[in-house]
Amino acid sequence: MASDYLYYSNIWQEEPEESNPFAAKACYCSGYDVYGQVVPQASWFEYLLLMLKGERPSEAEAKLIEKLAMVLANPGPREASVRAAMNAGIVGTNHSSALMAALAVGSGQYGGAQEVSICMRLWQECGHNLELWKSRLFRPEEDERADIWLPMEHAPGFDPNGDDTPTPILQALDYLTSLASSNGALAWLKQQRSALEEEVGYPLAISGVAAAALVDLGLNQDQGNMLYLMLRLPGAAIHSLEQKKRGWKQFPFYGSAIELADDTSPVQSPIQENTSK
Amino acid sequence: MNHKHLLDTENRWVTTKGKAFLSDRVVMHGKNLHTELGDYEWLHLYLFSILGRDPGKNVAKMLSHYWVASSYPDAAIWPNHVTALAGTVRSTASLALMAGLSVSEASIYGRRPEVRALDFFYRAGQWCDGGGALTEFVEKEKSAGRILYGYGRPMTNSDERIPHTLDKAKELGLDKGRHLKIAFEVYEHLKEKYGYSINVAAVHAGLAADMGFTCQEYQLLLTPGFVAGMAPCYQDARDRPEGSFFPVRCNSVVYDGPAKRDWDSSR
Repeated sequence: MASDYLYYSNIWQEEPEESNPFAAKACYCSGYDVYGQVVPQASWFEYLLLMLKGERPSEAEAKLIEKLAMVLANPGPREASVRAAMNAGIVGTNHSSALMAALAVGSGQYGGAQEVSICMRLWQECGHNLELWKSRLFRPEEDERADIWLPMEHAPGFDPNGDDTPTPILQALDYLTSLASSNGALAWLKQQRSALEEEVGYPLAISGVAAAALVDLGLNQDQGNMLYLMLRLPGAAIHSLEQKKRGWKQFPFYGSAIELADDTSPVQSPIQENTSK
Repeated sequence: MNHKHLLDTENRWVTTKGKAFLSDRVVMHGKNLHTELGDYEWLHLYLFSILGRDPGKNVAKMLSHYWVASSYPDAAIWPNHVTALAGTVRSTASLALMAGLSVSEASIYGRRPEVRALDFFYRAGQWCDGGGALTEFVEKEKSAGRILYGYGRPMTNSDERIPHTLDKAKELGLDKGRHLKIAFEVYEHLKEKYGYSINVAAVHAGLAADMGFTCQEYQLLLTPGFVAGMAPCYQDARDRPEGSFFPVRCNSVVYDGPAKRDWDSSR
């Protein structure tokens, strides 16, 4: 008996065990035997790019993605998606809740995966045309319609809250460029960074570096978005675990920092009234 | 721009939205949650929390009907399917429902069509205010290759919610608005010219425009909308044997990628 319901994939193939049609005897990823050959012989990042692109990557591509993964691995506890995960950690929720919180917050348009997607779309539109970039960075929307995503409030790939380009951004850009094609997106970005920053009025952000690296890896904006989300999760995970261990008493609670602007009629609660009697 | 403005909110966040004075009282948009808002129906309170004003009982009842009418306890529907999968692997209730809700922010149903349809009717109204013909606006959008959200429906050709929604709108005196009329005029044009059907997203959005919600308010209002249909799907799969919710055999994944090849000789 076969199922009436079929899934289609050009990535994954499984051969069943003779004893059980629901158990795989062998798994193939884009034609390669996963447990027989890929796991013993490939690196994690070769396998990751194979899954994303369907072809075994070159050594240079595997090195670029590995180093990009290291650049993105831990945005640090100040970053919003990691803070979201830490909030989940200290309240003792599920680990998946911490990562879901990090994914939701890390999806955003200020430093998040949606910003990376928009940058990657602009790479497709603008390529190495500086004048086009200067114009599109201020109007990155596809059209005038409202959407579930808000209009961008800053030039994608740049940090409106920045002054000068932070050292780690420059270090990451320099190092990743050294691993990428000499006529690719990273190389062009490195060359034009100052001109773009001057036009925009604020410095390059890690989202802009990551988008260029993802373009150089030959990924489209959907693949880039997913990868950016995944590659930043290690930091969210470890800081969530760390804060869980430390507990809520060592974690900021902003209660007294939140001020009600128009609290004109404070009403004493029954609890207070009762306890004051 | 630079970092200077961040200093203003590093230690202080002044807001008019509300605050929990723990052990004392809670204020939402200037109202005491327990003494002034305590008798609200929950959905009415949700509306108040988003709008910062009370839109009145009829609007709350209309929105409540949106939710009730889209609470389908059917695990075939995509977000519900996600909650059922969470049930079959014994994930938790919150994880299941949050995953289902996030999947409701979709393109072929749910949040994107709703937001886009509302935006469409506002822009259509503005176009007509400028002296243009409605059909001209529709054709302009269509020729730009834009999907006309609210028209046509995945999987089926009609929408069982529409007559109930219109009955409720009539009962509440909300059925005479300009944008609802536009929604049906667009339908008549699309049906006649292209054979399109209308789905409830167009009717909901037309009514929503008449109730005056912004696209962002509307997106927030509808976000938890499918949740009542999800809970039973989660329970159903949770209460049956582990992994038994539509299991997939190896051969049910039809492979159409590259032929088998050797890793060693691939470079």
